[in-house]
Amino acid sequence: MNDIPEVIRTIPLNYYLFFSTALFCIGIIGVLTRRNAIIIFMCIELMLNSVNLLLTAFSSYRSDPNGQIFVFFIMAVAAAEVAVGLAIIVMIYRNVRSTDINILNKLKW
Amino acid sequence: MTGNFFYFLTFLTLFAAIGVVASKNPVYSVLFMIMTFFALTGHYILLNAQFLAAVNFIVYMGAIMVLFLFVIMFLNMREDTEKHKPMLSKFAAVIAGGILFVVMIAALKDVDTQLANTAVFDSQIGMVENLGKVLFRDYLLPFELASVLFLAAMAGAVMLGKREPGEQNRF
Repeated sequence: MNDIPEVIRTIPLNYYLFFSTALFCIGIIGVLTRRNAIIIFMCIELMLNSVNLLLTAFSSYRSDPNGQIFVFFIMAVAAAEVAVGLAIIVMIYRNVRSTDINILNKLKW
Repeated sequence: MTGNFFYFLTFLTLFAAIGVVASKNPVYSVLFMIMTFFALTGHYILLNAQFLAAVNFIVYMGAIMVLFLFVIMFLNMREDTEKHKPMLSKFAAVIAGGILFVVMIAALKDVDTQLANTAVFDSQIGMVENLGKVLFRDYLLPFELASVLFLAAMAGAVMLGKREPGEQNRF
């Protein structure tokens, strides 16, 4: 019952590190290349999830439950963030009939 | 067996993540995103984090992605509504992301990741009863504060979604 799971014995922790880095970079590329606010929002979720996976991997490999509690809180905050963010996007769409972020470039100044 | 499953899930996750970024239609992006979360749930199960797998499945795939899909259908987005950035800036963005990836890999390549002491290794930490004990013993205050956060988020979403008096009635 208390033996080490097979994935921890066979897969080095570095693979999870590389995999999460790749996922995070895909999210960054998505934020930089797309102009639709909803897609950008989804790419931010992708980055959050790559961090979640890495925290879980470290927590499992180190046999330390605190990391998984952190992931739980990240998920709770992400859920609240998505609710507010999508409300903001819907409000923007109602006012300017578009979710293109270049319309909102006055926010830069 | 488990190793092959890990590689398969990793490939699936990265493929679906690239699909999220690359697909032109926002609905396809959301569907690829659901696929990404499904593969990540598989990763959590492989890591023996069953509570997080269930939470990821229910909260992310169930609630958050339905919210995204609902908003996209609500706003009636089609393929040709999104203007695209110029090719040069897309290229620059991919180069920047790729360089970040290379730098991170170079920095993390030789990192020392030893296994924990196998004598005290507990494979059951991801189960509901263990995480519940830790959550309600050590993290009780953050847990309660999360409820305040949710209350604020709910009030904010309702306030933002409400129609204001001077707003045009087009939607």
